[in-house]
This record gives sequence, C-alpha cells and structure tokens, in this order.
Amino acid sequence: MEHIRLPKVENVKLLDKVSPRRRSRVGVLYLTATHSIFVESEVGGRNETWVLHSLVCSVEKQASTESGCPLIVRCKNFQVLHFSIPRDPDCHDVYLSLQRLSQPERYEELYCFSYQPNAEEDVRRQEWAFFDFKADYSRMGLPNAQWKLSPINQNYKVSNSYPSDLFVPESATPPVIVGSSKFRSRGRFPALSYYCKKNHAAICRSSQPLSGFSARCLEDEQMLEAILRSNPRSDFMYVVDTRPKLNAIANRAAGKGYENEDNYSNIKFQFMSIENIHVMRNSQQKMLEVCELRSPSMSDFLEGLESSGWLRHIKAIVDAGVFIAKAVAEEGVSVLVHCSDGWDRTAQVCSVACVLLDPFYRTLKGLMVLIEKDWVSFGHKFSYRCNHLIGDPKEASPIVDQFLECVWQLMEQLPCAFQYNERFLIAIHSHIYSCQYGNFIGNSQRERTELRVQERTHSLWSYLWTNRADFTNPLYRPDHSQTQGLLRPSTSPYCFKFWKGLYNRFDHGMHPRQSVVDYLKAIQEETQQLEDQLASHKQKISQLEQEQKWGVTWAPAAFDRSPTIWALSTDLALVNTPQDYTGGFITSSPHTPKAPDHNLISPPQDSNKTGDSIFSNGSDQESGIADLSCRSPLSEDSTKDPDSDEAVYSTA
Amino acid sequence: MEFAELIKTPRVDGVVLHRPFMPTVEGTLCLTGHHLILSSRQDNTEELWLLHSNIDSIEKRFVGSLGSIIVKCKDLRVIQLDIPGMEECLNIASSVEALSTLDSISLMYPFFYRPMFEVKEDGWNSFLPQDTFKDLESMTDEWRLSDVNKDFNVCPSYPPLVAVPKHIDDDLLKKVATFRHGGRFPVLSYYHKKNGMVMMRAGQPLTGTNGRRCKEDEKLINATLRPGKRGYIIDTRAINVAQQAKARGGGFESEGNYPQWRRIHKAIERYNVLQESLIKLVEACNDQSHSMDRWLSKLEASSWQTHIKEILTTACLAAQCIDREGASVLVHGTEGTDSTLQVTSLAQIILDPGCRTIKGFQGLVEREWLQAGHPFQQRCAQSAYSNNKPRQEAPVFLLFLDCVMQILRQFPCSFEFNEAFLVLLFEHTYASQFGTFLGSSAAERTSLCLREKTVSLWSWVNRPQELERLTNPLYEANSLVIWPSVAPQSLLLWEGVFLRWNRSSKCLDEAYDEMVHIIEYNKELQTKVNSLRRQLAQLETEDPLLQTP
Repeated sequence: MEHIRLPKVENVKLLDKVSPRRRSRVGVLYLTATHSIFVESEVGGRNETWVLHSLVCSVEKQASTESGCPLIVRCKNFQVLHFSIPRDPDCHDVYLSLQRLSQPERYEELYCFSYQPNAEEDVRRQEWAFFDFKADYSRMGLPNAQWKLSPINQNYKVSNSYPSDLFVPESATPPVIVGSSKFRSRGRFPALSYYCKKNHAAICRSSQPLSGFSARCLEDEQMLEAILRSNPRSDFMYVVDTRPKLNAIANRAAGKGYENEDNYSNIKFQFMSIENIHVMRNSQQKMLEVCELRSPSMSDFLEGLESSGWLRHIKAIVDAGVFIAKAVAEEGVSVLVHCSDGWDRTAQVCSVACVLLDPFYRTLKGLMVLIEKDWVSFGHKFSYRCNHLIGDPKEASPIVDQFLECVWQLMEQLPCAFQYNERFLIAIHSHIYSCQYGNFIGNSQRERTELRVQERTHSLWSYLWTNRADFTNPLYRPDHSQTQGLLRPSTSPYCFKFWKGLYNRFDHGMHPRQSVVDYLKAIQEETQQLEDQLASHKQKISQLEQEQKWGVTWAPAAFDRSPTIWALSTDLALVNTPQDYTGGFITSSPHTPKAPDHNLISPPQDSNKTGDSIFSNGSDQESGIADLSCRSPLSEDSTKDPDSDEAVYSTA
Repeated sequence: MEFAELIKTPRVDGVVLHRPFMPTVEGTLCLTGHHLILSSRQDNTEELWLLHSNIDSIEKRFVGSLGSIIVKCKDLRVIQLDIPGMEECLNIASSVEALSTLDSISLMYPFFYRPMFEVKEDGWNSFLPQDTFKDLESMTDEWRLSDVNKDFNVCPSYPPLVAVPKHIDDDLLKKVATFRHGGRFPVLSYYHKKNGMVMMRAGQPLTGTNGRRCKEDEKLINATLRPGKRGYIIDTRAINVAQQAKARGGGFESEGNYPQWRRIHKAIERYNVLQESLIKLVEACNDQSHSMDRWLSKLEASSWQTHIKEILTTACLAAQCIDREGASVLVHGTEGTDSTLQVTSLAQIILDPGCRTIKGFQGLVEREWLQAGHPFQQRCAQSAYSNNKPRQEAPVFLLFLDCVMQILRQFPCSFEFNEAFLVLLFEHTYASQFGTFLGSSAAERTSLCLREKTVSLWSWVNRPQELERLTNPLYEANSLVIWPSVAPQSLLLWEGVFLRWNRSSKCLDEAYDEMVHIIEYNKELQTKVNSLRRQLAQLETEDPLLQTP
C-alpha cells in the first residue's frame, strides 16, 4: 500500500484508442494494492474497468494538453488504456504509483501470494494435485525396459534449472549423466521429453554442448549412444539444433557450439533457424505497434506485419515441430533437440511436436500437462521472460506466446482436432502473465519449491478445469478422424494468419459479431436437454400406458418447458453499430455499453484487499473494457455529435 | 461454323491427368465442341469435364516424345495433361486454344446445353421488374415504373423498366439521360423501409470543363428528398480523378447547382488496375517459394485486400448515410456500371435482411448487376492466367463477392447462403452452361434471345437438392442492419477462391460437416420430443381418471 501515492482521482477520461473522435468516458480512477479500477460515473449502469497491476507492461505519461494529461497503460494481455487525467501532478502521482506497483521487486509482492478466493485449505491443496508428473510418463508407457526414472537431480545438484525427476535411457549410468551434464550449458544433459509407445522413438532435450572448436566428451557421446540404442529399430538419430547455423557457429568461439557429426556415432545433424529471444522480443514489439495503429490502411497493416517478421518466426517454429514429429511418427527415429540453454526454442519445438504427435495433448487436460511438462518443469524462465518482477528487460521475450500461437495456427487448419478452443489459449496466456496463480512464478522448479508455491498459492489448472465448459471446442469429437495420430498441417506461408483474437483482443469491433462457437455450444446444450426430455417423456409414456392398463391414478407432473430458445447472439446490440467508415466524415455519438467481457482475470474476492469494499460487490467486475467495442453509433435515441454534419460538409 | 473443323484430334488414349491434391488419373482424352473430357478406362468414376470457356490459357511442354499441356482455368485451377505423341499434343493444344477463345456469343455452350433436370421454376421469370416493383409499391407510392427505355433507346445499358420518382415524367427522363454518362439517368436502387430513405445510382453528370448544367437532372434527384432534408452524393472516384473526367466531358455535381446535396469522394479502383491486382494476387498464391516475407509482400503488392477495404468502406458509408443519418443517397462513378454497383449492392446487403437470403441475393444480383447493365461479357472474358492483352476485363463482380464473403465471415449466422453459393456464382460468371451471365446488358440479352434459347442459372440453383448444398446451417433470420468491421485485421484473404486449389480443404470440409451434423441432430431430437409430447398429451386426455376434477 505504501506505493500508492494517490488512491483516487476524479474526472478521469478513458479514451477510445481506435476512434479518438468518439466521446470518451468520464469516471473515477482508483488505485488499490492489486488493481487499477476505472469506474465510469454515468447515471444508471456503473461500468467498471479492472486492470491487474501485474498485467501492466508499461506506463507512459505524455505531455499534458488543454484537455488533460494523457497516461497510456499498456498491458501484457495486449490491452491498451488511454487515460486523460485533469491535473498534471495527479497524473504524475498515478504514473509513479503504477510504475512501482507494476514492477514488484520481490516474489512475495506478486498477486498470487495475496490472492485468496474463498477456498478451504484442503481444496487449495487438491488444486495442486491436479497435475501429476509421473502420470503423463506412465501414460506414455514409462518406465519400461529402455527408459528409467533417474533420481540424479533430486536436489537440483546436477542442473539447478532442471526438474528433480527425469527420465533417461536405462543404460545411462550416473557417471555418464554427470559427465554429459558437465559438457552441456547449465548442466542441462539430454533427458526425455516424449516417448512414442508405438515405435519406441523418443524426443529428448538438452542444452548445447560445450564443444568449442574441438572439445569432446566421452560421456556425452555415450549419452547420445544410449538414447540411440533405446530405440532398437533405428540405426541413427537426429540431433536438431533449433538455432540458425550462424548463431551456433558463433557460440563455438565462446566454448559452446554444436555436435560434430564425426564424434558421435550415427547422428544426423540439422539446424532449424529459429531466432533468439532478442529477435523475437523486437519482432513482437513491431507487430504490436502495427496492432496499435489508428485506422491503418491495408498496406500499413500488411507491410507492418511483414517487416515485423512475426509470422516468419511462427512458421519457423511450426516447421521445426513438423520435422521432429515426422521423424518420430513416420521414420521412427529418435530426436535430440537443443538450442543454446534449451529452455526457450527447445521448449517451443518439443511442445509443438508433442501437439502434432499425440492426440492427448490436443485435449484440455493434455495441453495443461504439456505446458507443465515441457515449460514449467523443464525450466522455461517464466518470471524473466514475462517480466514478473522488475529486472533486466533484455530477459523478457514472448517465447510462450509463440507456442500458444503455433497451437492456434494449427487449430485454424484443423478445426476438429482440438478439444479446446481459442479462449483456452487466451486464458492461459493471460494467466501466465497475471501472476494470479502460482504455476508460472519463478524460473525453475527449484525456485518454486523454495518459494513454497504449492503451499501458498492457487493453481491455474484447477481453475481452468472447473470452467472447462467455456473452453471446449464444439466441433471436437475424440473419435473424429481428424484428431487421430499425427497431424499433418500445411506450412505454406499463406496458412499462417494474424491472430487478432489475441493481439487485438480488446478491440471488440474487429472480431466477428456472431460467434459460431457460442452458437454451436448453445445448440449442443439444447441437444443435451432434448435428450433428457426424450428419455423422461418415454418413461412417462410407458408409465402412463402401464397405469391406464391397471387403472391407477397418476397425478400429472408439470410439463417440461419447451426447449430453451437460444438467442441468436448476446451481441445483437453490437451487430447494430456501424464503425467509423469515414475517417471522421460522419460521426454519431456513442452507445450503451455492452455486457461484460469474459471474466478471465477474476477480481479479488476479498474486499479488504481491494482497499475499497464497494468493488468486491460489483456484479460486472471485469478486466477488460467492455464497451470499447461500441466505439460507434448509436441507438435511435442517441444525441448527435454537434459537429458531425459540419465535418461532412466541409470536406465535400 | 462447325466445331469439328477446329478439332484436329478428337480423341487420345493413355493421357495422364495431374490435379492438385488428387491422385493422377490415366484415361482417354476427348474433345467436343464445348468440353475437354478425360475418362479413365478402369471405371467411369474418375472423369474430368472441363468447359472450353473455363480455360484461361494453356502451355505446352515437351520431354522427348511425351508432351504435356498445362491448362489454367478461369476458376484458378491449374491441371496438367500428359499426352503421348508430339503431334497429338500439339493438335490438342491448338484445338483447345481455338475452342476456348471463340468470339461469337451464340456459339457458347449455353446455347447448346439441354438441362438434365426438370425445370420446376423458370429462373428467367423469377425476378421480373414488375414483381420487384410490387414489393416497393406495398411500402411507398412515391415511385413509378417507367418504360421510357422499352426500346433501349434512352439508355442502352438500362433494362426496359426502371423505377423513378412518381412525379417525374418520361420526357424529363429523356432530357436527364442526355446529361448522364451512357444515358444512365438516376434510377432507384434501394428503398429503405425503416425510414423511407432511398439509394439511387446513375452515370456521371456530363458537366464538362465549362460546367454544363441540367435543370431537369437537378429536379429529378431533388424530387427524392423530403422537405428540408439533405442528401449525399457518393462519387466512387477520388476528387482528382473526378476533376480529370471533366476534360473528357464528364464531371460531378457542383455545390452551386446541387445545394441540397453533399458530395463525398471515395477512391475505388477500376478496370485494368483491378485486373492487374487479380493477376498479382493469384501469382502470389501460386508462389511455391515457401518464404513468409515473400508471401506477405506479394499479397500486399497485389493490393487486392486494399480494394476490398475501399469498396466495403464506401458501401458502409452509403448504408450509414441512409440508416443513421436519415438521408437519401445517389451513387455514381464514371459509367455507373462497376464500382457504383459494388457500392449499391453491398449497401443493400448491410441494410436489407432480405438480400441475405438465397432468393433475395439472387434478386440482388439480378437487379443490381444483370439488369443494371454490368458488362459481364467483357469483364469476365479472361481471368488471372490469360496471356492476352487485357481489354475490358476486370474482376469487379468477384470483388463484390469477396466483400460479401467478408461480411458473411463477420456475421456467420445472418446469411441464409454459405460460402459455396458465392464460389458457385464466381464460377458461373466466368464459364457456365447457363445463359444468365452471357451478354453485357438487358438489350444484348434480349437480342440474343437468352430467355428462349438458354437455361437460367436460377432454374438450376433453386431446386431442393442444390439449395440444400448452398444453405448455411447456422442461419437465423436477423432483421437488423449489420455493420461490418473494415479494419485490416478483420478483412481476410478469401481462401475458398484463392487458395482453393493450393491446399487440401479436407479438414475444413470435415469441420463444416461436423457443424451440419450438430445442427441436424438437434433438429431431429426436437421433432422426436415434440411427437412424444403430443403422444403424452393424448394419453393424458384419454386417461379417464384424469378427466375427473
């Protein structure tokens, strides 16, 4: 609380960034320990906009103008809020407070340690039991004669960024593992990521070898040999270096590098040309600038998208995933994947390959397990990459965003193959950044253990699972041919699309105004009811026939309601709002706000924590600005923008 | 002329057909007057029937004595035929070339096609102007049908009957026609029932450099305004293009002479710019380089999506003027046969729920494109692969369909028809067995006796089995105006046309089938539950014990 210089500012304006000419909303801005809350002061419905401090990516204060002092808040979930605060000193106070609040210095300040939904302690503990590391491996058929669970990293002694439990080839002895780990960056020796029960091919992952220009390591060579031999039907294995060749060569000068095919028996070496975290960070930054453009032309958008390079990177990751998946499923060949440290590109590529290979990872539970396995436990540095704490901005990078986008791109091509829908990916994305749950706190399993995350925080997976109805794809059927076995997506450039659902998520006007997913879900729900009715009617009829036969009285029960009539869409109001087609030619006035957005980021349940109890009672608490969508005209009774006609005529 | 003269080799055995995403087929190639046919000898399941008029260009390749011809079609498909024997290959190629570039319309296939189906409802009578006018009469008495153009003398590109303001007589129309490009005097395009506002379309006014004026023209369009109300003139050309038109006798309505009207200029491209755009887009889609940067830069350079955005924005603007500003609108460009029709027809899709039904959309195409004189014959003579110098080709109608597809994607439950219907229309504008899209105006169609000699596309479409295929399972009548987003993020490449032959559609088709299945199953259950409910009610009334109070 000591960081809040100003808990409340009145007469703050919230501007519509897409159509600045539209009437802005006026309200009160409150700063609480965890959220910024903008409460629209309009008679009638009280519209609230909640922004979690931990989701704030940057705060920008611009030079004040006559109408106020602009403050732009950019969030990690790609929401952008343009405030205008009447007095410059107030704006400065808000700016400094938000700066501090959005950049915690210690893990203890993170929201997950104060987030207290009404849940019993044993319920909370059960949330964490939802994920079981060994269960996924036993699903793969492990341990078996070729692969064993190794206790070697029990106390994170061999590699402090690796999980404590790891699967290694049966023939890999502790000296071989330790020797190999000494020859690999950060001690990240080759360990199992995925095992294909059907043909014994495996995906292993590691960091780069410390080969320099000529160094060798017998144990490392034995380690790879052991991996090769654990797949008896194959006489070679692939070593996939996900980096561009030049980067790998450059690493040799620093005593690192890549495997020399001559030193390892029967390996085929392959580069994948995925760029490093710095390139990815800049690329996303450029793409987000394009997303933020005010009424861009088609050329602005396409040129910007191209020059950001974002889709090229996404394609590179999917290409690499396809290569590995095909090697495993079609050739039956094991693959060792690494990059430099083996926690960014390696995680991306291994998990994309897993999604392609195994239908399980295309289910709700499966994707959670996959993220837990290849990202959380293998030490993707979430807190660094997502800037959970104030730290080196050069460590931040949207690596996990890219993974989620790769899955989305696959979903677009294979609409029946996934049990989850786009909302699931977006919900996971939000919570990786929100710090509301403990799952992604810290940079390794060791850090999370030290932080006692499982004892002090809640788990996202259980929240998602409880709400799984929202996240399921109505077109999915487990027995559908499309979801069987290996997915074979096309990786032609035109198969990759811009993901406006994520990057322009809060620009509601850009999205389809009617949702096929919602429509089909409503139908499926109705179908469920109909099935129940059918059964109960049948039962009643036979009962009635019986009774008539026996002449027994029967009191009629109330009839079931006729099938619920599902509305066309809850967004019909939206359907009825034109956008700004004129570039300011014709403007009319704003419109009544729409119903609240999905409550992805739940506001605090405990009123004491929010600093102001009135908020916890609000029915439409939300993280998004609901009515940004209605950036345009107009209900019939709306008042006209006084200068709208003038604008038209003067330009004519 | 006998087609046989053009067919040097009518039949070749052992021809191998390569099609994208399909297994190769070996069989016998036959040339007829209108078709290229390949039938496999093993069984008759694998057959290719290709209309010569669908062929945009062909290329020959030789490897030893094996010749190949690569056939590029107007529907953007590319197929390859391996033909044993150099001479056969050359003969086939030159025959196909000759047959696919016949100049005379009356030699086209629709004049020879005899329907293999029973015509229940003759499409030629489905959308008669008299009938359409009856709907208008039920809403307003301010308009009348004029037959001033019954002999096509006043305006050669207009139909015999047009709707004009009631108090404007035919003599005045004739005078106005001399002041508008191509004689296209302002006529009614759409009446907005909700507020009585109208949309009209016309050719450009022939003001010329000295600012010629036509009082009758002013009187005509002012007659459509309510007292004290203003209207909007949407000129589909940029202001500088409209200025330049003056030098060639054209121009635009000046503020001085049309004080009750406000003019808005929008820049919709025309003619060869659009044709070039299509050629570049298709080239980009066929690029095999697998480079993302190249794809995006080629997509951008084609400007296709820019045209989509511009056309859609202008249509939205027109609709906004009518529905939100409560103003009447006059739309024109230069001739009033291309961009004008894109705008007026799309505005109707936005405003009028009726146009979003299958029948309503056919009526819209009939009214706003065929009757309104869009020169289909010229615009669709060649497609994206033609090597010939483009004359008057332009994918104006395809752009319109693409814009409809954009709106359909944003309002997936508000259209009675699905994507397949739009793709079908695209195909039939370029090559068809039906006479609907032949000719360039009502006058031409009359002189060709299409109504008597050919079958209408609508006769075929409006049969239950076709309608079922073209119906959107998600459709729920939506009586509202639908406002699409025109943000670049919201406008997507129409994969169903441009990537149709470049990627397998299997997975997307399966998803569509799954969707249909979910909805069909629901309907089935509803029927079952209702019948059980009736049975139950009956049983209860029959129950003597329940009868007693």
